Amino acid sequence: MADDKKGLSRRDFLKTTGIATGTLVGGGLIGGLVGYNANKGGTGTLDKKKGNDEHAQATNTRGLMFFTNQNEFNVLSQAVERIFPKDDLGPGAIGLGVPFFIDNQLAGNYGSNAKEYMQGPFFAGESTQGYQSKLTRAEIFKQGMASLDSEAQKRFDKRFVEIDGGQMDEVLTAFQKNEVNMIGVSSEFFFKLLRTATLEGAYADPIYNGNINMDGWRMKGFPGHQMSYINEIESEKFVKIEPKSVSSMEH
Amino acid sequence: MAKTLEKVDVVTVGVGWSGGIIGAECAKAGMKVLGLERGNERSTEDFLMVHDEFRYAIRYDLMQDLSKETITFRNTRKMRALPMRHMGSFLLGEGLGGAGTHWNGMTYRFLPYDFQIKSMTEKKYGKDKLSKDYLLKDWGITYDELEPYFDKFEKTAGISGEDTNPFWGKRSSDYPNPPMKKTPLLKKFEKASNSLGYDPFMVPSANLSQSYENPDGETIAACQYCGFCERFGCEYGAKTSPEITVVPTARKTGNYDVRFHANVIEVLKQGNKVTGVKYIDRQTGEEFIQPADVVVLTSYMMNNAKLLMVSNIGEQYNPETGKGTLGKNYCYQIEPGTTGFFDEQMNTFMGAGSLGMTIDNFNGDNFDHSNLDFIHGASISLTQTGNRPILTNPVPPDVPVWGAEFKKSSIENFTRTLSVFGQGASMPHKENFMSLDPKYKDVYGVPLLQLTYNFTEQDRNLHKFITDKTAEVMKEMGAKTVMAGNPITDYDIVPYQSTHNTGGTIMGANPEDSVVNNYLQHWDAENLFVVGAGNFNHNSGYNPTGTVGALAYRAAEGIIKYSKAGGSLV
Repeated sequence: MADDKKGLSRRDFLKTTGIATGTLVGGGLIGGLVGYNANKGGTGTLDKKKGNDEHAQATNTRGLMFFTNQNEFNVLSQAVERIFPKDDLGPGAIGLGVPFFIDNQLAGNYGSNAKEYMQGPFFAGESTQGYQSKLTRAEIFKQGMASLDSEAQKRFDKRFVEIDGGQMDEVLTAFQKNEVNMIGVSSEFFFKLLRTATLEGAYADPIYNGNINMDGWRMKGFPGHQMSYINEIESEKFVKIEPKSVSSMEH
Repeated sequence: MAKTLEKVDVVTVGVGWSGGIIGAECAKAGMKVLGLERGNERSTEDFLMVHDEFRYAIRYDLMQDLSKETITFRNTRKMRALPMRHMGSFLLGEGLGGAGTHWNGMTYRFLPYDFQIKSMTEKKYGKDKLSKDYLLKDWGITYDELEPYFDKFEKTAGISGEDTNPFWGKRSSDYPNPPMKKTPLLKKFEKASNSLGYDPFMVPSANLSQSYENPDGETIAACQYCGFCERFGCEYGAKTSPEITVVPTARKTGNYDVRFHANVIEVLKQGNKVTGVKYIDRQTGEEFIQPADVVVLTSYMMNNAKLLMVSNIGEQYNPETGKGTLGKNYCYQIEPGTTGFFDEQMNTFMGAGSLGMTIDNFNGDNFDHSNLDFIHGASISLTQTGNRPILTNPVPPDVPVWGAEFKKSSIENFTRTLSVFGQGASMPHKENFMSLDPKYKDVYGVPLLQLTYNFTEQDRNLHKFITDKTAEVMKEMGAKTVMAGNPITDYDIVPYQSTHNTGGTIMGANPEDSVVNNYLQHWDAENLFVVGAGNFNHNSGYNPTGTVGALAYRAAEGIIKYSKAGGSLV
């Protein structure tokens, strides 16, 4: 089934949209598809193989772009694994590369709040008014890792990475319930950021360094980037489709 | 010192649906039209790699850059207004096509009741149905008068639908394309609604059921049900958008041009006319004056209102005295709904933005409100828009939102939940309005727009009523767990709700209670037109774009008439 589906060829793609009949002449689509390689669907040519090798190499060189010491990264890793743990369904946050995903995001627009209004003056405001912190997400995460550690120290006299899973949950719950004092931001807000970022890393396209091997999608039954469901949408039965990354469209 | 450019016949501020329609119609009529767009050029070829939930639906790739401009918000006049620092409740678009690029494509006509809501409500239920604090108003135009423009917009957009809804206005012709595929999930809703005695119909859709050439000769492709519509552009050119229809139509005439990175900061007015606009080139920071015989504000409704405010055109609404019209009647929508958990796995990840079925049995005045504590209602729908994994993590009420149980349950239910939801109408209230913020400024030093808004009793009562109806439908559909939405309290700008913001530059029959006449010509400047959902006097229980499109065609006709005869069009 899966193999049939991912084989939707360029010709089918053109046919089903009416583009093959020339109706979209002058539009941008044809130009964009000229270089499209039908083999990208996974029929295994030399080119494809080469692409795979290059990809493997690229994932081997993942690293930290934001955090500066291993303890911060370990705290992050353990915390996100508690939020999204490994189980019989498949990998947890660590196995999916979520810590690297978050680290990498913090080094970019997300971490520096580049597309958000960050002009002062800053006031606390009501909850209905949303985020009013002067801190960027990068600063919040940096502080958050230290806060997780100090909360663990306070409660168990150990570092966060040294306590057991149940104790980690207790610390995280304290953050979630806004019981921990943080500077310039509420612990509840930090926890929300952490939870959301974990889900993003588990389920974003693997081009962002999380969702390794598309296992997040595989567990959830989400096929990722597929060009069309026109032949399946009327099916009474659930259709299982092998997932594909949007990178399969790149050339 | 701003550099003055060569005059054009018509300048539009923004190039989305309304700017594109004005551009196409006026350019076809031989006028020289310039569209000023602060964002980028873009086209179908920019969307080949658009199946990326994270980039587009989470990081808002197609949306406005709030670091340059946002709004401020407070629930009431007593609160301190603070900037909306992150996008949340609604998603402001930017770039060629505007919100018309990242919309879902549900294309309704507002009900005949909507356009005469005050007189029809008073006639049936008396003058005191709602308190005096609700500023109900007829629109200065009827459904019948607008019908030809609805028809025109639907033919331009190639709307796919069926005329089987017993409650909506009479149509002069059928939809240009048949409805989309009625999938097994839609049939579940259809069966349940039928057995409850309701009248389900296919959502009128701008995701096309077949390839179509519109009257301007533009081709729109057939939808592939890929499940990436809202917040995305369409890589097939199968979701009707301005950049694949009206913009190329305008360009073909040779009378039309779009200037990008042009951020308008002021409308220039002398006496009872405007002379043009001032804009900043975002790439160089240079200021320009673009003179024009006719200026048309066609940006998002918030920015249209803001530009009038910073240009001192019209009288700012004052909730204390009730005087002034600019910024008045800001409305939104409510989103009552119910989630149902099923045993069987369903193809919830497939779909299209407007793939759905709806009932109007509890919309408008289609049911008796004599014993109810609200007016109007909601369309109630089940849509199959394509669920995606980052944003869709449904768990029953007793499951925590993180940890082992959460992971199992959210994965299990990703393909086992359906939602039935209402789009509830929103009535204007004297305390809900827009004005200029006295403190915060955008990156060009222009004050931000300030929004004062909260849900009212009408909203809360309607919300409860419609929530119950959605739960009944879900039960009838056979869900094993039925989870109805919580009642609403105060409006919260953080979670996404709807990009159906309306009002602020309302239309009407006279200048005392409206900003523009029914050609959307400004009462205080005959060569200034203001077009968009800002013209709505209240918001209906539907998506707004169909009505915006109709109003834009009406305004285009007015502009062409005005260019020949001048003066007031009414």
